[in-house]
Amino acid sequence: MIPVWVQAAYLFAAVCFILALKGLSSPKTARRGNLLGAAAAVVATAAVFFERPLGNIVPILAAVGVGTVLGAVGARRVQMTQMPQLVALFNGVGGAAAAIVAVVELHGLSGTHSSAVVTAAAAAFTAVVGGVSFAGSVVTFAKLQGLMTTRPVVFPGLPVLFGAAVLAAVAIAVMTAAGPGLLPGTILAALGLLAGVLLVLPVGGADVPIVISLLNAFTGLTVAAGGYVLGNVLLLIAGTLVGASGTLLTVMMARGMGRSVLNTLFGALKGGSTLG
Amino acid sequence: MDEAIIWLTILALSIFVGIEVISKVSSTLHTPLMSGTNAIHGIILIGAIFVAGTADSAPVLVMGLAATVLAAVNLVGGFVVTDRMLKMFSAPNKKTPGKAPAKKDGAA
Repeated sequence: MIPVWVQAAYLFAAVCFILALKGLSSPKTARRGNLLGAAAAVVATAAVFFERPLGNIVPILAAVGVGTVLGAVGARRVQMTQMPQLVALFNGVGGAAAAIVAVVELHGLSGTHSSAVVTAAAAAFTAVVGGVSFAGSVVTFAKLQGLMTTRPVVFPGLPVLFGAAVLAAVAIAVMTAAGPGLLPGTILAALGLLAGVLLVLPVGGADVPIVISLLNAFTGLTVAAGGYVLGNVLLLIAGTLVGASGTLLTVMMARGMGRSVLNTLFGALKGGSTLG
Repeated sequence: MDEAIIWLTILALSIFVGIEVISKVSSTLHTPLMSGTNAIHGIILIGAIFVAGTADSAPVLVMGLAATVLAAVNLVGGFVVTDRMLKMFSAPNKKTPGKAPAKKDGAA
């Protein structure tokens, strides 16, 4: 049983995240909103250590420290013009973290039976979509950073391959829900990586910010599903907030450019022009 | 109440809150808002810490620690880079106070 004060701390953090989003949508309160979100994250991270007795405290604190330094230094050193690709990279590593958590949980669920079907299905979803988010974000990073062409990359058979990867992921996800384990979880994450690359390749450079926003919403959904798997309400709320607001934001950004989201993603495949 | 229904209730309400709370965002704030929401999903860090802290074998511990590092990069980097973006927004207003009267903005 999770101590009541830890649950209260999670509730506090969830409320702060909502207020942070509210603050971020107005110029006057944006900076304060962001700081409020950061404070909530600190409170929640401190609380998790008291959720139940955890082992490996020293390596965990070291890992948090390494990640903190890498993130802070990267965010401080980057030039203003390179911020979009840095956001893409941060989004990608978040997706990767969610996918890894899901694969570990699928490993832990192996051998369980029908009672855990919904949990295993949620973990399977997180493994696939986390993979999509990570690989897609890496490709957007490469496009914005000039490591590859910003023109849409289309090759014959791309839609077929993409469709096959998605169908295979759905089929294996169904099998994984029935019989979870490390191997199907790893295959799911790998299929997610493939689908993520294929999803972003046909997108032209000018449309990349819209795709980053979409992948951001994807990562939010994976975190929400991960929250269900781990039985953590804060992850469910925070992930769902990001998934919902990120989806709306993606639609608004696309509308601002006079495009639909679907046209942004698949326009190049239909032979229409998506200028890079 | 069945536990699954409680989770579904939280999910449904969170969707509406997420949509409602940003529905009036001005288009100049699209990028910082995306960056801010990006930082918030870095809270998967607490899931990664939990996995690493309850690991029962070395490979699981390694995976949990890897997820912890990645999630911390997302969380900390996300908030810091959003703050830098927003600093950029507020800087010109401070240097040139009164140059853009509020009344004029309201009329336009």
